[in-house]
Amino acid sequence: MLQTITKLASLRNFYFFCGKLLPWFAWPTLILMLVGLYWGLVEAPADYQQKDSYRIIFVHVPAAWMSLFVYMVMAVSAAASLIWKTKASEVVANSCAPIGAAFTFLALATGSLWGKPMWGTWWEWDARLTSELVLLFLYLGYMALQSAFEDKRTAARATAILAIVGVVNIPIIHYSVEWWFTLHQGPTVQVMQDKQAMDKSMLIPLMIMATAFKFYFATVLLMRSRNEILERESHTKWVQEERERL
Amino acid sequence: MTLLDFLDMDGYYLYVWLSFGLAIVVMLALVNGPMKRKKQLLKQLGRKKRRGQRT
Repeated sequence: MLQTITKLASLRNFYFFCGKLLPWFAWPTLILMLVGLYWGLVEAPADYQQKDSYRIIFVHVPAAWMSLFVYMVMAVSAAASLIWKTKASEVVANSCAPIGAAFTFLALATGSLWGKPMWGTWWEWDARLTSELVLLFLYLGYMALQSAFEDKRTAARATAILAIVGVVNIPIIHYSVEWWFTLHQGPTVQVMQDKQAMDKSMLIPLMIMATAFKFYFATVLLMRSRNEILERESHTKWVQEERERL
Repeated sequence: MTLLDFLDMDGYYLYVWLSFGLAIVVMLALVNGPMKRKKQLLKQLGRKKRRGQRT
């Protein structure tokens, strides 16, 4: 087991490993997205209170979930790079940042587009919205810090510390709707409860979209990681061989 | 339900379609970026190789 992990930690092996995984995530992403979009926009019934405006949930909630999930992947990889000095985990953490930033932006933007007709305002400085905005700045800060260093290893150490410190924001975002009185509604989907607040006809397309977003994240993560490895290892023989093969 | 009803989204067409449109644009851009970058990287690597052979 340990041997397999050390082997994977070498950038060359990790590059080919990512390449092998890529189609297993890319194709399901496409299929799940199409099914989820059709189900969410056409098949799912309108909400009795919010009418068709609630359909924004099918992009808003998956994007918001992913904004937290990607951060945890980034922070765990960053921690691994600090502890074991593995280059592969540095690559993964770096590749996470722009994807996480995009999901956070989407969660904020679609939330705003949903808030306007439902709450009557584009933005409110309440706990959920503000902590999610802080998350966006954490991602952007990570990217800025990463590009501020010439040496990749030094950059990795600095960004890893930022990523790990930023983890405190994750439970704040998650529990903000329970800890404080906020404009944002409480959680609609609760794993631990028998009675769901949401009907199956809406819950199923939401779960399909959430799964699609997970697969999408993996796809883009693999693509970005492969690129960064090619860039880092451009002086090596195997990269030249790979270039000739492509 | 007619197509027009579907597009109208109970009058919330602006918010619904902007949300989905934005998500699609951002997510496609996030796939397109690495694809373009890969091509660019391979080109750069090719140039490096040729320079290496000359010396």
